[in-house]
Amino acid sequence: MSGTEFTQHIFNGIALGSLYALIAIGYTMVYGILRLINFAHGEILMSAMFFAMFGVTLFSLPWPVAFLLAILLTAAFGISIERMAYRPLRNAPRISVLISAIGVSFLLQNLGLVVFGARPKAFPRPDMFNQLWHLGDVSVLSLNLYIPIFTVLLLIGLTWFINKTRTGMAMRAASKDLDTARLMGIDVDKIISITFGIGSALAAFGGIMWAMKYPSIHPLVGLFPGLKCFIAAVVGGIGNVPGAMLGGFILGVGEIMLVAFMPELSGYRDAFAFVLLIFILLAKPTGILGEKTAEVKS
Amino acid sequence: MFKKLGFAVLALALIAFPLAGCGGGDDDVIRIGVYEPMTGVNAAGGEMTVEGIELANELFPEILGKQIEIIVVDNKSEPQEAANAVSRLIDRDNVHAIIGSYGSSLSMAGGPVAEEAGIPVVGCSPTNPLVTLGNDYYFRVCFIDPFQGTVMANYAVNELGAKTAAIIKDVTQDYSVGLSNFFKQAFVELTGDADSIVAEINYNTGDQDFTPQLQTAKAANPDVIFAPGNYAESALLIKQAREADITVPILGGDTWEAPDFLDVGGDAVEGVVYSTHFTAQAPVTARSNEFLDAYRNKFGAEANAFAALGYDAYLVILDAIERANSHDPGDIRDALADTQIFEGATGIITLDENGDATKSAIINTVENGEFVYLTTVHP
Amino acid sequence: MKIGKIHLHKHCLLTIGSTLLLLVAIILVSEFRLLDAYKVRVLNLCAIYVILGLSMNLTLGYGGLLALGTAGFMCVGAYISALLTMSPEQKVANFFLEPIVPWLANVEVAFVIAIIAAGIGAAIFGFVIGAPALKLRGDYLAIATLGFAEIIRVVFTNTQSLTNGALGLKGIPSHTNLYWSWGLAILAVILARTMVTSSYGRAFKAIRDDQTAAEAMGINLFKHKVTIFVISAFMAGIGGALMGNLIVTVNPTFFRFMLTFQVLLIAVIGGLGSISGTVIAGIIVTIATEWLRIFESPMDLGFMRIPGIPGMRMVIFAVLLMAVIIFWRQGLMGRTEVSWERTFAFLNRVRTRFQSGRGVGQ
Repeated sequence: MSGTEFTQHIFNGIALGSLYALIAIGYTMVYGILRLINFAHGEILMSAMFFAMFGVTLFSLPWPVAFLLAILLTAAFGISIERMAYRPLRNAPRISVLISAIGVSFLLQNLGLVVFGARPKAFPRPDMFNQLWHLGDVSVLSLNLYIPIFTVLLLIGLTWFINKTRTGMAMRAASKDLDTARLMGIDVDKIISITFGIGSALAAFGGIMWAMKYPSIHPLVGLFPGLKCFIAAVVGGIGNVPGAMLGGFILGVGEIMLVAFMPELSGYRDAFAFVLLIFILLAKPTGILGEKTAEVKS
Repeated sequence: MFKKLGFAVLALALIAFPLAGCGGGDDDVIRIGVYEPMTGVNAAGGEMTVEGIELANELFPEILGKQIEIIVVDNKSEPQEAANAVSRLIDRDNVHAIIGSYGSSLSMAGGPVAEEAGIPVVGCSPTNPLVTLGNDYYFRVCFIDPFQGTVMANYAVNELGAKTAAIIKDVTQDYSVGLSNFFKQAFVELTGDADSIVAEINYNTGDQDFTPQLQTAKAANPDVIFAPGNYAESALLIKQAREADITVPILGGDTWEAPDFLDVGGDAVEGVVYSTHFTAQAPVTARSNEFLDAYRNKFGAEANAFAALGYDAYLVILDAIERANSHDPGDIRDALADTQIFEGATGIITLDENGDATKSAIINTVENGEFVYLTTVHP
Repeated sequence: MKIGKIHLHKHCLLTIGSTLLLLVAIILVSEFRLLDAYKVRVLNLCAIYVILGLSMNLTLGYGGLLALGTAGFMCVGAYISALLTMSPEQKVANFFLEPIVPWLANVEVAFVIAIIAAGIGAAIFGFVIGAPALKLRGDYLAIATLGFAEIIRVVFTNTQSLTNGALGLKGIPSHTNLYWSWGLAILAVILARTMVTSSYGRAFKAIRDDQTAAEAMGINLFKHKVTIFVISAFMAGIGGALMGNLIVTVNPTFFRFMLTFQVLLIAVIGGLGSISGTVIAGIIVTIATEWLRIFESPMDLGFMRIPGIPGMRMVIFAVLLMAVIIFWRQGLMGRTEVSWERTFAFLNRVRTRFQSGRGVGQ
């Protein structure tokens, strides 16, 4: 494999990895507080894509406005999902909430099929992201350079928010111990809503980037990104924001390199993520950067 | 208490309703069942096919002085549902013949059910050879993958002068795997070079990122890329190929003929070449023109190959009923097996001993966001 | 629940009697073709989903383990049974791209052997997967088992000379009939019942309700979890085998995790921890899936025509599932079982209510 080729693969891997990272952060935040795998995260992603697409095509909004509206709408959507499907089960066994999350995912997929139809639709890609740049022999789509930059900026912003603001402090307290936090006078329900709002907004942002990179959207489009980004979050250490980022990059670059170095195994690519997940779960269940908790292992 | 009572009533209702059975026993109506994917991954193909069948039913609503009723059932793009759908059509709706289904694996699930019940089925676009093999009740109005693969290999070698090719296939789709294999055989034979396939790489249905596959293909430096698959994945794949500066011709199969392929692919799919069953630009028979006009009237657009195949499947059944002078399923089957030089919208259809149509293939390309006819290849 | 000796005797007879009645019904339907092939097919599917639902409920309802590997185990079972029952000629016809591995080419066994092999094969996979995965808890177990199931599917897609890959298998003998499906469903109920009423079963419930306390009582957590997981996989494998020999064609894409969710739906609606609930839910959900097709075909109400909406069925199911999860958390039966005592009590209540209602009217 030539140097150029390798560089090209690395570029592709980073672009894919930062998309995974972006979406994985939403998973990690929700998990950190509720200890819940939000199975519906992928469907939140899908909704954001459709909101953004309809904003641009149906209401002919300029794309920055449409995208921003889609992100806000998705945040509100995420919060209402939490209210309706997870909050009533706050005192139920954790497994019930998990089943509820699967139920929400199932419902949104099927609702999407009826409302939007099963056929894929094109997603608009603004010119700014559609330039093809040549760096030597390596060709890069401008979007692929913007994605990692956005991801890093968002990560810095988010870290600041969690560590420096009062709300962030309350979130950290809630993630350590929900009941104690409540006793300390923290409005836990509000914090959970905010978490879902931020998590869904990040998912929306990631979803829109995803849809621009892979501009074909349909009701089941969130399924695989949803699963893989969850895996990324677990690999990095779930509940840990930089961990989600690291997990995303490992998964993205790993997937690309598997196909690059072993084309004969390319059919197994979808299994790669799961093999990595299981390997990590068995070797270091808390993930690479995860803190030790008693929850993971029995 | 009331909860339980409510549940019990609901349960009874649910069990009683479907078992009550309400299929028509009315003998003055000929019923043709249609099982197509209306939801799931193959929804677009199913929708297009059903459009053609419904159009045919509107134009030719009667045969032997009897009304024809079509009953459309969704098979969700799942084999189990396909088998259920066929069974339902036969036992509940008492159909005399069946049309379907887009997607070979769905047809393979429906086929044995129909065979056991002795109801003939005419497939519109399942191209896998196994669909009709060993099933006396399954016929189809399209050509099959070995032919389609050979056609594209011929085109690559003779028209494009290709000496090497890379194959990128969807390893989860029987269609893609089969077609790639036949393309490979023919290509190697035509070039006389066992190493002329320089790369063979896989992906899975539902994948959205094809960059590593494409880089690997690019590194092998082929003259053409053959990448048959669902149009949804293919459109993304081609888009990413162009973004990766891959400029060689990209070839595919009949699934690409869908408006969504053009929508999603945009500029990137300009110049791709694929084989198909029918084109609006080169009507082959008088029937073709009749069909095209009717389609334009009804849908305000040019017809696609799947609608044309649906239309033909319906007409082939009508023709068989007319020749048999009976709508008994067994008689229809026998007449179907004798179908010879039937003039359909997609060409002249003769069914061979397996029940497969021997027909010409059309080669299309994409120009200015539209499917454009290139040439016709005869078997 | 204490049952007196005499009662037990009477109820035992009732149970045996009603089982016999069910068997007679099956024989009548099968031998005299009382129902058409479509209804028989739906009844077969009912039995298969009962088996699958029980397999899910064993781990989830009794073991408290959310394991999402059902589709993977079904895949293993379906392929084993298909490859063992197909005739050598069919195999040659099927494997036209790449020939089948020689040691499988000429194997053709009776369905009963194939079914057992399917169950055992799935159970072995269950053990191999369960032994490491069951060290994990809750959501991690769910996602790890889901991952294993997906890996099985991906591997089956790619091992062309063993499974024929994406081309799938066609022409599998249609051995599944009402005797097999309902016979095995009854056996599955008996197996599940024996499991949960044995000392094993009590240990499972203890684990489900409080893992730490159960461990302190000296229950070997790991051994129990693996046992229940392997039995569940065994049942899923048999369900898969029945499914394959019913549809007579299998394909790896059929075993995506959406299939697991469908089974989960049955277990949840029936009530986690209730065998009779699962049986009832398995039958209702399967029949309703077919019945709800009327929402997808155009409806003629006489004065207007409502166009059919494909996909409506699954939306209705999803809404139902959410309603059960949020408002009706116990599902159909909760953790209770249908018993003769309850049935009689229920019928009595209905009668009293009915009579008293009439009394008021007079």
